[in-house]
Amino acid sequence: MKPDALLYPAPKGLYCEIGDFYIDPVQPVDRALITHGHSDHARAGHGQVLATRETLDIMRIRYGDGFCGTSQAVALGQTIVVNGVEVRFHPAGHVLGSAQISVAAKGTHIVVSGDYKRRRDPTCLPFEPVPCDVFITEATFGLPVFHHPDDRAEMHKLLTSLKQFPERTHVVGAYALGKAQRVIALLREQGYDRPIYIHGALQKLCDYYRGEGIDLGEIRPATLAADEKQDFAGTVVIGPPAAFADRWARRFVDPLAIFASGWMMIRQRAKQRGVELPLVISDHCDWPELTQTIREVGPSEVWVTHGREEALVRWCELEGIAARPLHLVGYDDEGE
Amino acid sequence: MKAFAELLDRLVLTPQRNAKIRLLADYFRAAPDPDRGYALAAIAGTLSLATVKPAMIRDLLLERMDEVLFRYSYDYVGDLAETVSLVWEPPAGVAPSDIRLSDAIETLQATGRANVRSVVRDMLDRLDTSARFAFLKLVTGGLRIGVSAKLAKQALAEMGGKDVSEIETLWHGLAPPYSPLFQWLAGEAGKPVLSTPAVFHSVMLATPVGEGDLDELDPRDFAAEWKWDGIRVQLANIGGTRRLYSRSGDEISGAFPDVLEAADFSGIIDGELLVGGTARTNRATRTFSDLQQRLNRKTVSRKMLDEYPAFIRAYDVLFSGETDVRAEGFLARRALLSDLVERASPQHFDLSPLVPFSSWEELDRLRSDPPDPVIEGIMLKRLDSPYTAGRAKGPWFKWKRAPFNVDAVLMYAQRGHGKRSSYYSDFTFGVWTEIDGAETLVPVGKAYFGFTDAELEILDRFVRDNTTERFGPVRAVRAAPDFGFVVEVAFEGLNRSTRHKSGVAMRFPRIARLRQDKLPREADRLDTLQAMIESRS
Ligand SMILES: [Zn+2]
Ligand SMILES: [Zn+2]
Repeated sequence: MKPDALLYPAPKGLYCEIGDFYIDPVQPVDRALITHGHSDHARAGHGQVLATRETLDIMRIRYGDGFCGTSQAVALGQTIVVNGVEVRFHPAGHVLGSAQISVAAKGTHIVVSGDYKRRRDPTCLPFEPVPCDVFITEATFGLPVFHHPDDRAEMHKLLTSLKQFPERTHVVGAYALGKAQRVIALLREQGYDRPIYIHGALQKLCDYYRGEGIDLGEIRPATLAADEKQDFAGTVVIGPPAAFADRWARRFVDPLAIFASGWMMIRQRAKQRGVELPLVISDHCDWPELTQTIREVGPSEVWVTHGREEALVRWCELEGIAARPLHLVGYDDEGE
Repeated sequence: MKAFAELLDRLVLTPQRNAKIRLLADYFRAAPDPDRGYALAAIAGTLSLATVKPAMIRDLLLERMDEVLFRYSYDYVGDLAETVSLVWEPPAGVAPSDIRLSDAIETLQATGRANVRSVVRDMLDRLDTSARFAFLKLVTGGLRIGVSAKLAKQALAEMGGKDVSEIETLWHGLAPPYSPLFQWLAGEAGKPVLSTPAVFHSVMLATPVGEGDLDELDPRDFAAEWKWDGIRVQLANIGGTRRLYSRSGDEISGAFPDVLEAADFSGIIDGELLVGGTARTNRATRTFSDLQQRLNRKTVSRKMLDEYPAFIRAYDVLFSGETDVRAEGFLARRALLSDLVERASPQHFDLSPLVPFSSWEELDRLRSDPPDPVIEGIMLKRLDSPYTAGRAKGPWFKWKRAPFNVDAVLMYAQRGHGKRSSYYSDFTFGVWTEIDGAETLVPVGKAYFGFTDAELEILDRFVRDNTTERFGPVRAVRAAPDFGFVVEVAFEGLNRSTRHKSGVAMRFPRIARLRQDKLPREADRLDTLQAMIESRS
């Protein structure tokens, strides 16, 4: 069958008509397959949800027990059949529990990458290339300017700054799911063994990661009772990027603003946000990884979504690979 | 190159001055010679490197990149050097291997025009992303990192635990890559001995008298002098080597052979360079416009020397003979200075007279109505003040005559730079005059400061809403007798100008107030400005 008879973009998200399910729908639907726990992909209010056990746990932590009607945990590599459509989940290397979703029926095989990366990440399983007819790839960093550096060198910058400015609080902005835990794990790998302080919004997810056997070392809340006095000088404090604008950030002595994100590759981005020390640490592929992955997967067609579609489509054209943008709406292209 | 590139990346994003100094000092401590010296030169603006055109960089990139993908990238990043540094991919098999900053610079300095393309390409292949960016900014001459030479000197002082005035004293006698300087700062060698001994010493500066500054001070502790409207200079004659420096330490000896020839005393003095006759010859001091005829020249004709004779009105002495007298009090130094001037050429040197006064009120009156048009205010100096480099608040004050004010009409606006690049923030304004029987505005000056951010919003909005013509980045705005924008312009002085159609040029103009309450027809006339020049010459 033609690939776009198997899966096509509908107003609520990518839809499989034969199987009657959506992948990462942006509005409530009867049956949803979810790639990973980031809130633009995993929304509350669906009838039935199929996802990895970890993704379901994360959704429960974020939205509470009633986040959906019924849920079904799908093991990686296990084949399940939904109304005659074969569905399989494969690791995506993006955050804990993240998966690509493979959909096959009547001899046509499509893989939806969800968000993914190819770098080593101590907090999740690595991406696994799955040969297919159509590869639907994300393109958050789909421009040739994005060449993310080695994350150890980036963490080294933070450690150097701690030595150079021991009187300042090193306040790191990092998304609550995945990035924050990865930054902590990377710091631990580099031998940083002092307590790391976290914003309250990170607590539950950090606890969950530890429960899954990921070593984050000693974590303490950066939220203190009124009578406690601590100035946080010379410590590492991690919080969600949004917290930097509010009162929370003002409690620290002479804060040094740090942001861990793939966007920090661009100087103007760092400047606009008032970031003093940008750390280029991304949970998405950079340009060479996107193009290398397309070559490795070897699909006969590439569909591009989620981010900068036009440059990756152009690259495919130059390589003689059929490609088109999907123009899906409702995903956060900037959250990283 | 890597360490230098990282330093630049940090400096650009670091707002605090002290943090910048620490980043610089740590870099200077860690980097080897001569790399750190070249880095210092690049930051302080003393590096000489033939620049490469951005178009060549773009060409090099398009040799190996699809133009459409380049356009997407450039549109997104917005800066050519940054875009190229990010998208550049070395050919397979070329692994990044850091190039030393000194090797990169020395290679470029030794490269002829014919080879520059391949040398640059080769370096871009070998450097990593961040180093590539630093390299591109260096070779295209666009290194803007918000660090002044002054701040760099502060960092050197911090690195070596020295006083910044020691660095400033040496600075003009040294050249990139500054290895003797760094060895001294690192404690590995003695203080550099300069080949030219008559070297510049940082001048002592005054702070402006602010509201209430004098209330607590006793007039009896201070001497007052006129502040003359020439240029502040330092004249040195040490071991027979004579040099004339501007107050920032630029050597201007070439333009004033008459003054240098007459400087047959030994020592270093501080004074005002002026044109005209000294008090000792009983001839008048001439205006700043006359002095300007002598400035910025490499050589001077005989005629020039006769028509615009230059002299120094001495304020202070730093070295008497070979002896450093800066630690002495003002009165003690003045006695030495008086002696020295007494023996020097009467046509070329006189002593700045003291202004007797007994109260601040009396001095205020003298200040607003000085006896000579070439006076721009009063200097106040503590009698016991030593001569210290820089602008400390307390020992010396300057108390200027009130600046001039006129109402002028906005005529043109240009986009600003940096933080203001999204605003029309450079304004040209004019006043009325009659040309061929018609009332016409003629431009008299240009100002890009004086207004608040809120006022800038108003000006920018007016420009956008009332553009009549565009010339590149410049917009002409509506300016008719009954419609337009009036601004009050404050300025420090007026010069005759042959370059300006109006025949006058303002010194240090700034927009003092927006006069939305006035119509353009009520703005000042050129006659008023001409009268201001007349009354002062
Ligand atoms: Zn995600
Ligand atoms: Zn996403």
